[in-house]
Amino acid sequence: MSDLHFKTIAELAAALEAGDTTSVMITQAVINRTAAVEDKVKAFLSSDAEDALAQARVADERRTAGQSLGPLDGIPIGIKDTLAVAGQPLRCASKMLENYVSPFDATCIAKLREAGAIIYGRLNMDEFAMGSSTENSAYQTTANPWDLETIPGGSSGGSAAALAAGQAIATIGTDTGGSIRQPAALCGVVGMKPTYGLVSRYGLVAFASSLDQVGPFSRTVEDAALLLQAMLGKDPLDSTSIAPQGETDYATALREKKGPWKLGVPKEFFGEGIDPEVKAQIEKAIDWYKAQGSEIIEISLPHSDLSVPVYYIVATAEASSNLARFDGVRYGHRSPEANDALSLFTKTRGEGFGDEVKRRIILGTYVLSSGYYDAYYLRAQKVRTLIRRDFEDAFEKVDAILTPTSPTPAFRRGERSDDPLSMYLSDVYTISVNLAGLPAISVPAGFTESGLPIGLQVIGPAFGEADMFAVAQAFEQDHEYYKATPTL
Amino acid sequence: MTEKPHIDIDYVANLARIDLSGEEKAKLGTQLNDILGYFEKLNAVDVEGVEPMAHAHQIDNVWRTDDEPGPTYGPEVLTEMSPESRDNQVVVPKVVE
Repeated sequence: MSDLHFKTIAELAAALEAGDTTSVMITQAVINRTAAVEDKVKAFLSSDAEDALAQARVADERRTAGQSLGPLDGIPIGIKDTLAVAGQPLRCASKMLENYVSPFDATCIAKLREAGAIIYGRLNMDEFAMGSSTENSAYQTTANPWDLETIPGGSSGGSAAALAAGQAIATIGTDTGGSIRQPAALCGVVGMKPTYGLVSRYGLVAFASSLDQVGPFSRTVEDAALLLQAMLGKDPLDSTSIAPQGETDYATALREKKGPWKLGVPKEFFGEGIDPEVKAQIEKAIDWYKAQGSEIIEISLPHSDLSVPVYYIVATAEASSNLARFDGVRYGHRSPEANDALSLFTKTRGEGFGDEVKRRIILGTYVLSSGYYDAYYLRAQKVRTLIRRDFEDAFEKVDAILTPTSPTPAFRRGERSDDPLSMYLSDVYTISVNLAGLPAISVPAGFTESGLPIGLQVIGPAFGEADMFAVAQAFEQDHEYYKATPTL
Repeated sequence: MTEKPHIDIDYVANLARIDLSGEEKAKLGTQLNDILGYFEKLNAVDVEGVEPMAHAHQIDNVWRTDDEPGPTYGPEVLTEMSPESRDNQVVVPKVVE
């Protein structure tokens, strides 16, 4: 097999099973590819090649002994720098956690290990997952492999870019308002956010706890299904995790579910602010579904234009509370200037946090403060209910909803850095899904004339992952955009 | 929320326990007032009688069924993560006179 680093999990699992390759060969291919292109992409904050190869040797020994753990056994998976991996640094791309090393594995990591996956590297991100371009990393700016002058999206930009560049077979990210789906769309890979609670958040550094979810990046929908079914499940260490409902052997279900479906298209997602090339490409995708026999139903999500303000109130409020733990006492940065209790907190936090994190903590503190709580936070929570009801009403009529993932393709580095509001609008099509707690996936849907990827978002009802995957896969398998790779 | 929103940066930065430079305060003040202006959109919607939503699923209180101690970390593992530690204790600047 050639170009192992651009293969899918399913292809490599078959090759491993047939004895045509080994986990050491696959892992080495990924390491070699990283050595060749990382100076251009800058997706990794750190990586430990020896540790990955040691895991790969164990996987190969298991397989030789006839004790393979399944399709993920021996597959190298890159990890976003916000998930705890025992013995590895965890910095959340922040100076605040510059020297922090995780004492334990996040539950999703432990589950991937139980499935035999090789846990490899720490992938760049926006600091504390706050951003849509990965430009808010305190360490480095990651490039989009399709055009190195453009951003890879964010906040899981390293996870998307590394996969697109062939530096991992799949990666794991987190999605609070679109942080998996938007970079997946901009980098031309699959990115999936599960139903809230399906994957444990234990070992994920909390940003906005009622919205955060862990999810996979992969080349194909089938690979995303394999990764999700390995990670999901109720976890006693995360009281907001939920026992899965319905079908959870998604990969098997994919072979049976072939449509046609009733697919909703929300008119609000094709109006102001959408790039004409994105609009045209997504309309082509919708026409394809129609030609395949699916029924296309125009639906309305009337409160969707309020999702950005609701999100930036709810998420910043939760962040201001969650990030209070970074106080310079028990771990992380401590200001050398601190000389009493108050300055220990204020100087440590002033030095340790970057601009966007400070902006969001201040905003979140303000919307929760006395005199403003009802006007901002409480009102936002009520509008959140209305946003969820819009989806509930829509799913009375349709099996899944089709939208663009991002209103624009990748934008140029620096273009939106000084305008937080325009950056926030990058997530206009993804954040209502987090507010409602639903699953959604972005699949590659073609390219702009200048060669930048475009993503199609498929949104399902809560716990409707099996059908959501099937809808996305039908389009993917007929178009095979995932087979294109960037020239680096 | 009828008057034009305005953040008192010094007041909020103190609540958030973050030291900000004069330059940061000036820049943040402008940006945050723009963002708050955008939030005004929410005033147009009628939320009379709508229940607030804090969470995607209704989750009831989780009660412990037993108090069996499980495996945990030794004090040295946790205290050594702190910026300064001594004898399995975290060292901080003097906080009482």
